[in-house]
Amino acid sequence: MTSFLPPSERIWWKVPIGRQELVWIGIALVWCLIMFFMMPYWHLYGKQNLSNEAYQTTPASFQAKVDGMVEQYKVGEEAGMPVVRPPAGSDIYMLGRLWQWYPILELEKDKSYRLHLSSMDWNHGFSLQPVNINLQIIPGYEMVLTVTPDQIGDYAVVCNEYCGIGHHTMLGKIYVKEI
Amino acid sequence: MARFRVCPDSGFYFDKSAESLMKVNAVAAAVSLLIAGIMALGVILTRWQEVHLLPADLFYQALTLHGINALIFWIIFFEIAIMYFAASTLLRCRLAAPKWAWTGFVLMIIGAVMNNVAVFQGRSSVMMTSYAPMQAEPHFYLGLILFAVGALIGCFVFLGTLVIAKDEKTYEGSIPLVTFGALTACIIAVFTIACGAIILIPTFLWSIGYINHIDAAMYRLVWWGLGHSSQQINVAAHVSVWYLIAGVLFGARPMSEKVSRSAFLLYILFLQLASAHHILVDPGISSEWKVFNTSYAMYLAVLASMIHGLTVPGSVEVAQRAKGLTKGMFEWLRKAPWDNPVFSGFFLSLIIFGFIGGITGVVMGTEQINLIIHNTIYVPAHFHATVAVGTTLAFMALTYLLIPVLFRRALFLPWVAKMQPYVFSAGMTLMILFMLGAGTLGVSRRHWDMDFTGALLSFEYPGTAYVMMAVAGIGGVLGVLGGVMYLVVTVGSLVFGKKLDESAGFLQSFGLPLPAATYNISRADPVPMAPRLAVEEHGSAGFEAPGTFVLAMALLVCFVVYYFINWGYLASVWPLS
Repeated sequence: MTSFLPPSERIWWKVPIGRQELVWIGIALVWCLIMFFMMPYWHLYGKQNLSNEAYQTTPASFQAKVDGMVEQYKVGEEAGMPVVRPPAGSDIYMLGRLWQWYPILELEKDKSYRLHLSSMDWNHGFSLQPVNINLQIIPGYEMVLTVTPDQIGDYAVVCNEYCGIGHHTMLGKIYVKEI
Repeated sequence: MARFRVCPDSGFYFDKSAESLMKVNAVAAAVSLLIAGIMALGVILTRWQEVHLLPADLFYQALTLHGINALIFWIIFFEIAIMYFAASTLLRCRLAAPKWAWTGFVLMIIGAVMNNVAVFQGRSSVMMTSYAPMQAEPHFYLGLILFAVGALIGCFVFLGTLVIAKDEKTYEGSIPLVTFGALTACIIAVFTIACGAIILIPTFLWSIGYINHIDAAMYRLVWWGLGHSSQQINVAAHVSVWYLIAGVLFGARPMSEKVSRSAFLLYILFLQLASAHHILVDPGISSEWKVFNTSYAMYLAVLASMIHGLTVPGSVEVAQRAKGLTKGMFEWLRKAPWDNPVFSGFFLSLIIFGFIGGITGVVMGTEQINLIIHNTIYVPAHFHATVAVGTTLAFMALTYLLIPVLFRRALFLPWVAKMQPYVFSAGMTLMILFMLGAGTLGVSRRHWDMDFTGALLSFEYPGTAYVMMAVAGIGGVLGVLGGVMYLVVTVGSLVFGKKLDESAGFLQSFGLPLPAATYNISRADPVPMAPRLAVEEHGSAGFEAPGTFVLAMALLVCFVVYYFINWGYLASVWPLS
């Protein structure tokens, strides 16, 4: 009956540690260090990392950038939403608002784009499906990352941060084509 | 003035005012769990797409209520009871400032009721996280603030009691390990509540119009100092409960006081950094910051949990082997009292917390892997393994221990209690595993409709995702049934359970002290130090708990394999930089 009684030795910190615990602590510590160094390793050698690039912005100024891109590169319309095909390597924009991802982007396979994301109102979750890439989109902040779509297909952007009663209707599209 | 009674069955000492406070806090916890459980049923039956029970507005309302009542009110009320137990009962010390303790309790009740009322009124379905700039009614925030102030008072009463115990020499040597763990929980709680104050007070002022802007990214950063750290209070608290149960049931002693206490110390130093887990894919936060914080410096808090993972069952094994259960690796475990819900609840909580909750938590808290997991239903799957099974089941097991000791009632329907940990953990495990799977397929958390009814564009999840959510639904319903069984046994025991003291009447179950004559000890003998064992002189050279070591290695193998599987999965998604 001791784990709820005071330790049997007054100077308990001088009692040596048993071998079993020492071995386990050693193994666990090595594993912890491996897990720790996996993250910087992936920054150096892995292909899926977030950039540290982000800016403070306002809904109005981000909206202006999106509108500029839509005006310049619009190639069609779907369900009342513009479909935009910006040139490979360019800056592309998508905004989240209650309750849509705007506009629809058409990208070229294996080409890189600088994707800018922001929200006009509340928090939103950029969840690219079925690839399953998930990003937090925060109003007042513009996140920039370089994406390289490596497979052709129709991708959906689901909102996975709760944003009110119409949250489940918030879908966007990204088409990846071989051009 | 006589103020203590001794429980004739367990030998535990109860201070008159601490006893009443433990009872009322435990009862308030159970009421919170009841609300959380009812709401859980609504949530899981809506996420099960073929049933899709609630309309969208009620679903989000139920989800908000479920989250707040389960994650905050149930757990913190219970933890206050545990802190008072660990300080007053284990140290045989009078409770410091009982009037303040009652003030704290009343504030917590007012806060919890106010917050629940706000959500029930329907205009505060903002989820537990209440991310600004989505706004709830002012009394939503005010309720949380009052609750937190009350809990903070509870923390200081606990600390004050430790000071009195030391001053009045109510124990010999150092405080027991269980009290040390509760102290760890208390220190983390103070940090947590400070973060809560820093973010919720301005948010409250914003909701009534005194402040015109809350930065959304700052809100998330500081709020998670509250949101995640509050779950770290749970870890420290339920690990202490594990040690307590191991001690009470088996007479288990820590394999090494130094190791177990150092592990708790690592919690104090590093556990809170994990608030970073929630903002790994947020804009404006650098990779260096993320890597350092998400890994608790260098996974030093994970190291602490892995240590407890060995030493808690290890202490049971050593105690069992000393009783002669030495055959093979696992006789000590096979012949453990599996039909005692105190044991089964404790052990299932330990296993499921470690194997599922622990492993998934570290994997999804890895900076880059979080990209494929953030805000999917994988996340609630993880924290149901840690909080709903790890913490909640440990607290349930402790309740079965406390009903005869603290409330002086025999268990009502003991056969239901016997089955309860199995039903609850089987249901929850089923739900958790299939939610993990659905999350891997991209199914979103906090989402009313995976068919996206009414959306202009369309997207279909694979059929497997629907099957997984349905199986999760079945598991969830079974889990709720386990919760109902718990409440039937506990409430039933307080009302109909056989009285172990003639005077343990209805009102005594809900906080009224027993008759004055029961408290017949004015000054208890100091808590003695634990008896010495020869092995402690030199430390054990052999493996005293080989079975536990095998279990620990099994955990490690699962951990390593699953960790690298997820890196492989990450490597298959679009390159990002």
